[in-house]
Amino acid sequence: MTAPAPPLLAVNNLEVVYHHSVQVLKGLSLAVPEGRIVALLGSNGAGKTTALKAISGLLPLENGAIEAGAVTYRGQDLAGLLPHQIARRGIFQVREGRHVFEDLTVEENLLCATYARPSTPARWRRNAPGATGRGGKAVELDRVYDYFPRLRERRGGLGGYLSGGEQQMLAIGRALVAGPDLMLLDEPSLGLSPLLVEEIFAIVERINREQGTTILLVEQNAHMALQLASHGYIMENGKVVLDGPVERLRQDRDVQEFYLGRRGGQAKSYREVKHYKRRKRWLS
Amino acid sequence: MDLLLQLLASGAVTGCIYALIAIGFVVVYKATGVINFATGELMMLGSFFAWTAMTAAQVPFVAALLVAIAGAAAVGAVVERVVLRPLLGQRAISVIMVTIGLSSIFKGLAQILWSGEYRSFPPIWPRRPITLGPVLLPARQVYPSLIALAAILLLALLFRFTRTGTAMRATAADQATAFGMGIDIRRMFSLSWVLAAVSAAISGVVIGTIGGISPQLGAVGLRIFPVVILGGLDSIGGALVGGIVMGILENLAGGYLDPLLPGGGVKEVAPFVALVLILMVRPYGLFGTRDVERL
Repeated sequence: MTAPAPPLLAVNNLEVVYHHSVQVLKGLSLAVPEGRIVALLGSNGAGKTTALKAISGLLPLENGAIEAGAVTYRGQDLAGLLPHQIARRGIFQVREGRHVFEDLTVEENLLCATYARPSTPARWRRNAPGATGRGGKAVELDRVYDYFPRLRERRGGLGGYLSGGEQQMLAIGRALVAGPDLMLLDEPSLGLSPLLVEEIFAIVERINREQGTTILLVEQNAHMALQLASHGYIMENGKVVLDGPVERLRQDRDVQEFYLGRRGGQAKSYREVKHYKRRKRWLS
Repeated sequence: MDLLLQLLASGAVTGCIYALIAIGFVVVYKATGVINFATGELMMLGSFFAWTAMTAAQVPFVAALLVAIAGAAAVGAVVERVVLRPLLGQRAISVIMVTIGLSSIFKGLAQILWSGEYRSFPPIWPRRPITLGPVLLPARQVYPSLIALAAILLLALLFRFTRTGTAMRATAADQATAFGMGIDIRRMFSLSWVLAAVSAAISGVVIGTIGGISPQLGAVGLRIFPVVILGGLDSIGGALVGGIVMGILENLAGGYLDPLLPGGGVKEVAPFVALVLILMVRPYGLFGTRDVERL
């Protein structure tokens, strides 16, 4: 029997503490296999965004620290690496709230992401052709505009003047320029109209299929996320409480009740869901 | 009428130099959120570098200017690496206090190296004044401001059109996001100190050629502070306009009000009066950004 291929990203027993006192992750473990879309679900404050920041190295900027456990990427421990080094190794985080540079034009926003272009020969080859840092600029931009034609129309305009949906496109567009192997996508549907959410998710799926980008997707919209992903993790209180292939998660009674908001095809009242969730947390 | 034109012109000419000094503050503030109170002393050091090159090594002025630029760039890089990087993440006020300390250290160092004596550059600019219609301007004011103006233009182009300049603006806007996009923000901080030191050195040299130098030259840096606030701490264009406005204000106040007052000295006070008045109306300066907001 051959051992299964090691995952692209493995998080093992991660414990994260903010300001030396508030523990947010309490032994989080998950694995993201190469080429897949993996969904990370959970309620507000479960620690999803913290998990992404622990992977991308942004924790110390917010006074957070990894107290125990490890993040392993391609078999290598990421401990001690700074965010820009992690980005250049091929992990790119699209942060919640877009974080578009408002005073920079759309094209300048995209240009900044070229700093995350491949820094190792191995990654360089994987991204060839047209994957060179500077020389490939036109190719990179064209690829982004191919996915998001609306950004081409607005390329000379300031990022701050884009609509919410366009800003989300720009945020994902920057990731496309970076051409990562692993994209950490944090709440791409936040604050967007249902139509735009459909559009964004379709593009995420396309990026995964066409660029071969592995995606770790954090979402409140469990319904959409479970359609897109092949595997799902559900977090409560800083650790994973349930995981499995999405087909199985969709059948799970708890998931249906708490995350998909239905029981036996019947919509449940929000108050009840809230009550159950709280009860469950106390009992766990 | 001629007096007015004369005052306006010579004010604008001086203002260009003020603008370059102000940009030294702006570049560091934009990138790191720190007001660098050692800017004036970086000016002074730069001017001494050039003076030493010209008097001791007998090099031509352009070479001396390059020496000053290289020397200041080195000082900027070392200061950032040794003194400021360990303070990364500390509150801005602590770092600002450190820059005040740095200014004293630089002043003391200059005293030791070059003594407190007042020195002047060998004659560089032509003696013949430049005539523009009714206005007569001394060449030793016009050429230095042209140098300052050219430096400002170069800096602005660098920020606007190069990849590095774009990355520096991105870092200034949102450090965490820039960091996560693969931009080494520590390199950008270091670069901003180098650029600030270089612009300070150029302004120090050109001011030195106008009025001579001493370790006290750095005090000019503080006198320029109203320009920085006036233009808005984070705007290069604002620094340019602020500098020129201040230069003109000073000259107008000096030309029209000084003769009326027995003590004189209005010229020195005028910028600060203007500063207070303008800040009452626009607390973020003439061109400082609050935030871009969608309407």
